Amino acid sequence: MPAAAADHATVFAALGDRTRLHLLMTLSDGATRSIASLSADSRLTRQAVTKHLKVLEGAGLVASVRVGRESRFAYRPEPMNDARSWIDEVSAQWAGALQRLKAFVEEDVS
Amino acid sequence: MTDYIKQSIDIAAPVERVYRALTDHVEFGSWFGANMEAPFECGKFARGSVRFNGAEHIMAFRVVAMDRPDFFSFTWHPFAVKPEIDYSDEIPTLVEFRLKATAAGTHLTVTESGFDAVPEARRAEAFRMNNGSWEAQNRNLKTHVEG
Repeated sequence: MPAAAADHATVFAALGDRTRLHLLMTLSDGATRSIASLSADSRLTRQAVTKHLKVLEGAGLVASVRVGRESRFAYRPEPMNDARSWIDEVSAQWAGALQRLKAFVEEDVS
Repeated sequence: MTDYIKQSIDIAAPVERVYRALTDHVEFGSWFGANMEAPFECGKFARGSVRFNGAEHIMAFRVVAMDRPDFFSFTWHPFAVKPEIDYSDEIPTLVEFRLKATAAGTHLTVTESGFDAVPEARRAEAFRMNNGSWEAQNRNLKTHVEG
């Protein structure tokens, strides 16, 4: 299995909140946005937006870039893709295990 | 994005035979590829050794339920066999086996859930954002395991 299962858990946890999903969906068009712009879009306070962006940043799902005196935030798809690959890999392991179980039981029955 | 795995397989053997292959520690070890130390007990950890990339590793899960004849579940860190990683801080996932009698034998469904420990509705919302590619993957696997 891939190395960073704990990191994936952070990604899943970061995704487990409606507000953060909404922020990510807004950012997923690829454009960078300021906290002011995100808070205007979402009707959240700047403090709330800042708090959620920190969680998303911690999971690597957004990155901040400094533009002049302003921090702007951009969506980063890599952790999401990595987490999905990990689920796919666990799933493939189960597919193999079930095939072995089937072979084991059917050999015994026949 | 979903954090939920569900797979099914049809097995040409009676439900009680499949149940034994799942819950008898020696039989489980045979198909899973692990040397399990002791009989499974509800609420207790089951430990075993696994050969992975030529080396011995310890695998463990905690048995949650053994409801003869058609349900078995445990919690674990999915396929956690890399020695360099400490999995103990991770929230474990829940694995559930459900058995159903069919004309041809047994329909076995395994689900693994809890990768993000959030309610289903939120996972669904996260998943919509990711344009359904995981669902397509699931269909591929279904074709694969049934093929």
